[in-house]
Amino acid sequence: MIPLLIYIVIFAAAFFIVTKVVQGAGTKDYTSLKTVTFGDESAVRPNRAAGIISILTIFLMWGIFTGSNLLPGFLHAPGPFEGTTTFTYTAQAEGQAPDDATVTVIVHPREIDTDAPEVEPGDGFAKNDSIAIAQWRSGLVSVDRNDEITKKDGARVIAIDGQKIAPGETVEVDGGAVTLSDKGTPNFTPEKGWQMEPLYLPAPEAVWSRTLEIMSDGFRNFTLVEHLGYSLFRVVAGFLLGALVGIPLGYAMGLSDWFRGWFDPIVEFMRPVPPLALIPLVIIWAGIGEEGKIILLFLAALWIMAIAARAGVSGVNISKVHAAYSLGASKWQIMRYVIVPNSLPEIFTGARVAMGVCWGTVVAAELVAAEQGAGMMIMTASKFQNTDIVIMGIILIGVIGFGIDMLMRWAERILVPWKGKG
Amino acid sequence: MSLPGQTPDTGEHGGDKMTGLSINNLSMRFDLPNGDHVQALQDVSLDLKAGELLSVLGPSGCGKTTLLNIVAGFLAPTSGELILNGHKVTGPDAERGMVFQQGALFEWMSVRENVGFGPSMKGTPKVDKDKTVNHLLDVVGLQDFKEKAVYELSGGMQQRVALARCLANDPDVILMDEPLGALDALTREKMQSLVLKLWKETGKTIILITHSVEEALLLGERLIVMAPRPGRIHKEYRLPFADLGVDADLREVKKHPEFGPRREEILNMIWDMEEEIMGGKEDVA
Repeated sequence: MIPLLIYIVIFAAAFFIVTKVVQGAGTKDYTSLKTVTFGDESAVRPNRAAGIISILTIFLMWGIFTGSNLLPGFLHAPGPFEGTTTFTYTAQAEGQAPDDATVTVIVHPREIDTDAPEVEPGDGFAKNDSIAIAQWRSGLVSVDRNDEITKKDGARVIAIDGQKIAPGETVEVDGGAVTLSDKGTPNFTPEKGWQMEPLYLPAPEAVWSRTLEIMSDGFRNFTLVEHLGYSLFRVVAGFLLGALVGIPLGYAMGLSDWFRGWFDPIVEFMRPVPPLALIPLVIIWAGIGEEGKIILLFLAALWIMAIAARAGVSGVNISKVHAAYSLGASKWQIMRYVIVPNSLPEIFTGARVAMGVCWGTVVAAELVAAEQGAGMMIMTASKFQNTDIVIMGIILIGVIGFGIDMLMRWAERILVPWKGKG
Repeated sequence: MSLPGQTPDTGEHGGDKMTGLSINNLSMRFDLPNGDHVQALQDVSLDLKAGELLSVLGPSGCGKTTLLNIVAGFLAPTSGELILNGHKVTGPDAERGMVFQQGALFEWMSVRENVGFGPSMKGTPKVDKDKTVNHLLDVVGLQDFKEKAVYELSGGMQQRVALARCLANDPDVILMDEPLGALDALTREKMQSLVLKLWKETGKTIILITHSVEEALLLGERLIVMAPRPGRIHKEYRLPFADLGVDADLREVKKHPEFGPRREEILNMIWDMEEEIMGGKEDVA
């Protein structure tokens, strides 16, 4: 809840600062002079500053709630309690005056082992105790174990820091809270603060250093580049095979009644089947090796490419075909000079979709079973609670997916500049 | 005009029986799935001498475009036949070029490649092809744009490319399906002059379909008005305006004493046909 509120505040503050203060006096180009912008799609352009601030905000939030070293300390969300604190408990026993004793608690980071400190036993039948508790954990303090009168003898804890307490109730103390268990033993929970435990969300620099470490040492017998390279290789191989079969199939479906009739039911049936649903069958048939994954990606790309090629052929303006015939072109010349170039924009759109689907599918397939690959890396890491590797993997998968799409767009701009100009 | 590598056409083949286009008793009937049928054309006969410019007018649904598609060879008639220069027309061929309203240029080719498409398909040697293309680009005034992509040109320029592309193939007959329909008034007027100029210089036989009565009058040496249901030739004219327009400003031609009355007459004729169609529809409703 609190992170969401902070995020909304940053969003709103950045909006006002950037649009009203910084850009208010900016240049006046044609679009900025439009009075009707609400509903005019062409007047809505992504605000560059918003994009940059948005990305920075994500890292800022990440840093704030993980206590990142990259941020100055005052920006950190309150961290978990660390250090030594004390609370007193009041014990009562049959025929005795209630007696106070002090519990000294050392709260230490999880990765540093710490022993409970030595303490003076003190006066009375209740003796002082000590305990060491790791951050984000809690600890039962068996206060009676060194007392002269133990629980077995009828001693009970009736108050913490002077406040009355009964089993199941909680009393706030310095550096945490004490809850009395059902059996009457105080349970100390150190203050967790607002930060995420590194086990759940490591700080950005921890992810970065883990990335460097895996880049040099590798993960599970394969280097990082090999893991990602395997995934990419599967995608490219599966996609190329899919395109190699799918595009001619789509052309045939666009140009021949018989092919259209024969393959329409198959293509229309297979198109809505998510490739992920095929993983079990492909594993049964082809095992968990490379063949299985490439077959899966081939199937993921095949229908998309076939449908794109079919749409490309069907989308040709009949005037163009008629014009080419009247200019003396043969069937093959019409195929080569009219139908193929006319279908390229559709095929490129299909290829972009297919590459995206293939990338998603390969990661999912590797999650299920693989010896190497981006998906296998994050799945294995999660089993060992290596959250930093999981996050690193997710970021790398996202970056590569984005990179593939950018590459396809670039190729599209270079190779089919006439897209959308017909 | 004689294009490089082309035989000069003097436009004097009128007397030769082997040249020209004969449309004999052409009928076209489409059967509809519900058992009904549409008689798009009924018994249309027409003789065009080589070098004649025929414009075709008529209300929508009168079969103009069907007629043109049959002449182009894109549709086979249900009966009747089409004879061009002594042989029967059975399919599309380079001897009959077509200029479409729009969208028929190849966006993946430059202006030069579009114009040179016909010669390329025939395998014309590059030198001859380049000569033809350069000459035609000069004629239509697009020499400076020859390396541009066609989608970078204005609508009028695109239609110039379409005209040049058609001429580069040196067809006997040029079929125009509302080639100027999508242009603004001023560009349209310039293009009309260009069409007349090209017609006179090349001596091509041209069939021009248009919705504009003025355009049909200005450009058509002959003019037919078609009537719908079934599609047929309603009336035919022979007009002097096209010959006048070759050398004169088209706006001057419009001041010709016969021009106004002809225009009114044809407009009224088409108007009456449209009324009839609307009336018929209201009866059905």
